[in-house]
Amino acid sequence: MIGIIKYKAGNLASVENALARLGAEYFVSNNSEELDKADAIIFPGVGHAAAAMDDLRAKDLDVWIKNTKKPVLGICLGMQLLFESSEEGDCKTLGIIPGRLKKFDSSQAKVPHMGWNQFNPLIDHPLITGIGNKQFLYYVHGYYAPTNEFTLASCNYIKDFAAVVAKDNFMGVQFHPEKSGQVGSLLLQNFLNLVYQESEKKASGTV
Amino acid sequence: MLTKRIIPCLDIKDGRTVKGVNFIGLRDAGDPIELARRYTNEGADELVFLDITATKEKRRTLVKLVEDIAREISIPFTVGGGIKSVDEIEEILKAGADKVSLNSAIVRNPDLITRASDAFGSQAVVAAVDAKKTGSHWEVFVKGGSEPTGLNALEWIKRTQELGAGEILLTSMDRDGTKSGFDLELLAEVNKLITIPVIASGGAGTIQHCCDAIQKGKADAVLAASIFHFREIEIQTLKKRMADAGIPVRFVTEILD
Repeated sequence: MIGIIKYKAGNLASVENALARLGAEYFVSNNSEELDKADAIIFPGVGHAAAAMDDLRAKDLDVWIKNTKKPVLGICLGMQLLFESSEEGDCKTLGIIPGRLKKFDSSQAKVPHMGWNQFNPLIDHPLITGIGNKQFLYYVHGYYAPTNEFTLASCNYIKDFAAVVAKDNFMGVQFHPEKSGQVGSLLLQNFLNLVYQESEKKASGTV
Repeated sequence: MLTKRIIPCLDIKDGRTVKGVNFIGLRDAGDPIELARRYTNEGADELVFLDITATKEKRRTLVKLVEDIAREISIPFTVGGGIKSVDEIEEILKAGADKVSLNSAIVRNPDLITRASDAFGSQAVVAAVDAKKTGSHWEVFVKGGSEPTGLNALEWIKRTQELGAGEILLTSMDRDGTKSGFDLELLAEVNKLITIPVIASGGAGTIQHCCDAIQKGKADAVLAASIFHFREIEIQTLKKRMADAGIPVRFVTEILD
């Protein structure tokens, strides 16, 4: 069962529809006790970083996310919030992955970075199995995350930025897999496969 | 590389797709969900649904349609037509739309742009502007192009960006439905002026028109209706020719083994 975190900055309908199309079971909640029952977490998000953090703090979800050992997939703002801080509202974010989010320079090109772009895979990871530098994914964001050792794939718009990240049980994608046609569905299926293998391992006592 | 987007537009009336010529004289062009599915498979990058008969009674029908589309379609889509308040925007976004297109309501009440982008993010707020050449400048028209506002289109567009719009859907009323090409002069002026993406609309008749909108008008996306509905131009063919012309476009490639 996948728990989708419900908070102010969520874009829940699209994520729910995408999981339903894949036949995955899910529930939506902003309650940490309920989320404790999930096999894995999807952490969506659109909108403003500072406002999103305020809402997570008000629900005590910031601490819960940081401490969870479940696989977590952050999407768009959900991925960005895994980093340390953001220029957007000059706020502290969850601090799971090092780095500060910066605004794209709108004197260089249109901002937000909106539309279909590719990524460049840097590190093999089950989350991006089958997706190379030819496939397109849908991005919408005005702020970007820096690339570092936790970047699985980078994308280029104005400059190189993190498109897919992973650290321990935390994963994140800057684009919207739930809105990226078949390629996006593949990425979500990869996440589900990873979760189910994990829970099977646990059930058979090998972890 | 970020690709230029091809966006079929579906004008919706009573749950069916229609396309007007200069906003009047509507022809029926089919079931919106069936069309949406077809376009997605053929490589459309986004879809726009404009409810041209949005009235209070029709609102439920539209929300239901948005829910049905969101269940079926795995690419982004925008919904517009008579949306007037933050509550209505929320209803449409919650039903599964990615963006709302706001037109008459933001002219009457520009503050709606700010309130909507604060609540849902500017990426969800498309400012739709219907512009018509009046003497030496372009004027903004509202209510489906029937009512002049006295607003200078370039000034108004700049202002929508400042208020928090994430994208501009720019329709040339002079060209809409004529298939005589986009208003390249208007597009180029607008793209010089603002830093958010611009969708070119009104006048698509040939592949060359679409290339010109991007290469000469500097548009980020091209929107068209009838050329796609009646299969006058196939999206795949259009994209191939755009790529030949040096425009980055997205092809729906096979997924790797």
